[in-house]
Amino acid sequence: MMNGFKFKGTLVAVAAVAFAGCTPAEVGVVSTGIEASPEVGGPAVMSRLTQDQYRNIISDVFGNTVTLGGRFEPDNRVDHLIAVGAGQASVTAAGLEQYDKMARTLAEQITAEENRAQYLSCAPASATAPDDACTRQILSRVGKLLFRRPLSEGELNEFVQASAAATQKVDDYYQGLSLGMAGLLSSPQFLFRHETAEPDPNNPGQLRLDSYSIASRLSFFLWNTAPDPALLAAAESGELHTQRGLQAQVDRMLTSPLLEEGVRSFFIDMLEFDRFSTLAKDATIYPKFTFAAAEDAEEQTLKTIVHHLITKNGDYRDLFTTADTYLTPLLGSMYRVPVMAPNGLPDAWVPYEYKDGAVQAGILTHASFVALHSHPGRSSPTLRGKALREVLMCQIVPDPPGDVDFSNFEDPDHSGPTVRDRLTSHSSEPMCAGCHKITDPMGLALENFDTAAGFRTTENGIKIDTSGELDGKKFSDAVGLGQALHDSPAVTSCLVTRVYNYGTGRKATKAEQDWLKNSVEARFAADGYSVPQLLRRIATSEAFYRVVPAEAKSEMASVSAN
Amino acid sequence: MSTVTNLATRRRVLKGVMGGAAVTVGLPFLDCFLNTNGNALAATGKKLPDIYGTWYWGLGLNPGRWEPPTVGKITSLGPESAPLEQFKDRINLYTGLKVHLDGRPAITHFTGNMAVLCGTTPRSSAVVTPTIDTLIADHISSTVRFKSLEMTSTGNPKHMYSFRSGGVFQPGEASPAAMYSRLFGPEFRDPNAGDFTPDPSVMARQSVLSAVRDQRKTLEKSVGAADRARLDEYFTSLRQIEQQVEIMLQKPAPLEACTNPDAVAEMPLGTDVEVLSATHKLNAQLAAHAFACDQTRVVNLVFNDMTSSLRQEGSQMVHHIYTHEEAIDEELGYQPHAAFFATRCMAGLADYLEALDSIREGDKTLLDRILVYAITDTGYAKVHSVENMPQITAGGANGRMKTGLHYAGKGDQTTRVGLTVQQALGLPINSWGTDSMETSKTITEVLV
Repeated sequence: MMNGFKFKGTLVAVAAVAFAGCTPAEVGVVSTGIEASPEVGGPAVMSRLTQDQYRNIISDVFGNTVTLGGRFEPDNRVDHLIAVGAGQASVTAAGLEQYDKMARTLAEQITAEENRAQYLSCAPASATAPDDACTRQILSRVGKLLFRRPLSEGELNEFVQASAAATQKVDDYYQGLSLGMAGLLSSPQFLFRHETAEPDPNNPGQLRLDSYSIASRLSFFLWNTAPDPALLAAAESGELHTQRGLQAQVDRMLTSPLLEEGVRSFFIDMLEFDRFSTLAKDATIYPKFTFAAAEDAEEQTLKTIVHHLITKNGDYRDLFTTADTYLTPLLGSMYRVPVMAPNGLPDAWVPYEYKDGAVQAGILTHASFVALHSHPGRSSPTLRGKALREVLMCQIVPDPPGDVDFSNFEDPDHSGPTVRDRLTSHSSEPMCAGCHKITDPMGLALENFDTAAGFRTTENGIKIDTSGELDGKKFSDAVGLGQALHDSPAVTSCLVTRVYNYGTGRKATKAEQDWLKNSVEARFAADGYSVPQLLRRIATSEAFYRVVPAEAKSEMASVSAN
Repeated sequence: MSTVTNLATRRRVLKGVMGGAAVTVGLPFLDCFLNTNGNALAATGKKLPDIYGTWYWGLGLNPGRWEPPTVGKITSLGPESAPLEQFKDRINLYTGLKVHLDGRPAITHFTGNMAVLCGTTPRSSAVVTPTIDTLIADHISSTVRFKSLEMTSTGNPKHMYSFRSGGVFQPGEASPAAMYSRLFGPEFRDPNAGDFTPDPSVMARQSVLSAVRDQRKTLEKSVGAADRARLDEYFTSLRQIEQQVEIMLQKPAPLEACTNPDAVAEMPLGTDVEVLSATHKLNAQLAAHAFACDQTRVVNLVFNDMTSSLRQEGSQMVHHIYTHEEAIDEELGYQPHAAFFATRCMAGLADYLEALDSIREGDKTLLDRILVYAITDTGYAKVHSVENMPQITAGGANGRMKTGLHYAGKGDQTTRVGLTVQQALGLPINSWGTDSMETSKTITEVLV
């Protein structure tokens, strides 16, 4: 029998991705450079798998040919991250109904006659009667990959006996096995990432994650999927509790092609790209903004990020100024720039560099930003400015006040043909001014891009004024806005916080926030704002795995959002 | 019509041998043998089960344009509630009720939602108490296939306002085709089908679900209180799945009003008002059939979201923007586009009531049995007001509600309607709400 459970992370060639600062020469027992005091840590977390994590695990364990056959509940965003929302989500009846349906659909495929040689490591003595030994062998193997740890004897016995009982009811071994496997797939041990704390023998009185929880935290952090067999083996051996062992695994993971999936997943979460699934523009006004165009828009930014941050190991801040991107002819037509694809293929990706003097530069001018943060029929400097503040700078823009007097905005003398005119009215209204003054001057700099990201120079026949300002720094257009963000300390500080919260699945505690601010941010700057280096430093830090129970962290409640 | 003798026979357990395993299957629900009026069981005189629906629309209605001109019996409606004209004797309108803020800021759209749905004025944008539909579902819908069904018409599953707690959001099904499949797909047991043979493979599923359930004690020992509550919710959901399986193993009792609706194909979704209205009509019909076939007793149906993204094809503006930026027409005295969308919302409610009224049960219809509670997030959307919050109930609540009435509040809490709704459905409560939104004042004028 073939072993059907091939973790793709172990099959792909390593070192396809290279970046400075993580060469083998550095992989020794070295200081992480961001040592933290013992109070820095936070609670262990129980997170529901996100949709992408579920898909990735199934793909890793069973391959890409299986189909899910069901739908997911929408992920929940808390403190600007789905990764944090997952730590507060449960499973509704409707959601479990779908998980159960997917579990049975998947298990039926795995145990189907044509797939048994690939997936099942043994055959029963009889196809119509229970065979507990074979069932135990199969379920323990699959279960370890699904549960991200070995099943306890009690768990294994439960599922083996349940499979046997099911087999007896239908006189079919494989149907019984299929249902047992479906039980694993719909169980809370699979659907929730449940971290476990244990006393830290090296630091009496302190708690740390147990080794399998470390493996899971690492794997979901860097790859957005379950640990591969090598990482599980490192957990089993206790290697992950040693600095040398931990660093070796982190370096292995950072040089795996799976890192690209991990980095993509982080930015999909941080940049709120899940909203693409329901993004629509008015088809009459913007016929080019099709479903395919929206898919390309998301991919454009992700390709740009991967190329810049991983392939080139570039400076994170340059994402807001880079002239380099990737386009398809479809996107080119939307942006009104010529894109020549090889063989004229409409969906081919080609590298593209904006020329000097172009108004496009950096990911802010991508459709993934200007279209995502707009209305269906028109642009919105306020929504765009709010997203810049909240998504990229981790600042809070308060909700609009109730009982606003909108009469000024209706008065033709106070309104005008451009959105700038209308928003000037908001800024002159005391109840509105506080927030609009922090959102609109940034958002107005992107007004050369309509709601579907099409380039324009006029609005209702009037030349668009794209001048703006960020925290006292004035600029004249989107390129200047990108440079202002590039230079803003809030942007890099925000990334550090988001990365840490994403990795832990919760909002940083006060002690963690102080440590991030005082130590990690400085190292990020010293590392040239290299994101892989940031991931490495966090992933190898003790603080990342130190458990400080929530009950002892009264300051949690007073931590301001972001 | 079945006889008492038949009933007694059917109430005995079904015993037999299935796939080598002895089975004992109870037949719990036989509330189907109607009297000649179709409103009660012939054998026992017991009423048909209570059913409930929250119907949600965003951005309220414009003051002065929806309220009936007189208090008491509704003789005519305002221009924005006019689509409900054919049902004016089957609905109640509540005016003059407001959200009491307790000095807290009105969080636009959210405060109104929480006040009406949860009876709470929130301190932040977090849900802290369950929504009214879950309280009702726990009381009247625990023994059927689906404790509740959530459907949204906007294409976005997040456009739903049902929470069992802050961490347990019940998203909406966005696709009527998917909802059809869930309701009337292979796992549907037609109550009016002739033969019934329990499926051994369904029995086999029970063993495995039981194994999953048995993990509970071990798992709960290893987590803190907050995570334990989330695990509890998981296992409550698991119990619902087990119940669905149990129901699949029982021969369902015949239900005269139950028919399997035509299959629903995948269709374009979105917030174009014509597309959305068509989606909503399908949802309304599916909800009505789900009630008639006793698949659920609680449905949450969303027409448009709270910051309404309703739009007309070719327009740059959406409903929400119109409410804030459209000038009041000097001659008309209101915002014409915003009023257009508000009226379309009420047309959507009329579509729902029509779908319910189209299914007959004896000499009555589902609309007589149900209690629909139509609610929204704001009073006057133009200024995000949470005063004079429009609230509408529809249906006779199985004979417990008077209808055709306009109740005019005098600045009382909106929760008075929510309390009355819960009491009409038999929830044993004397008061509802928190802080200044708590009330024990039932609107007795609308109760029988």
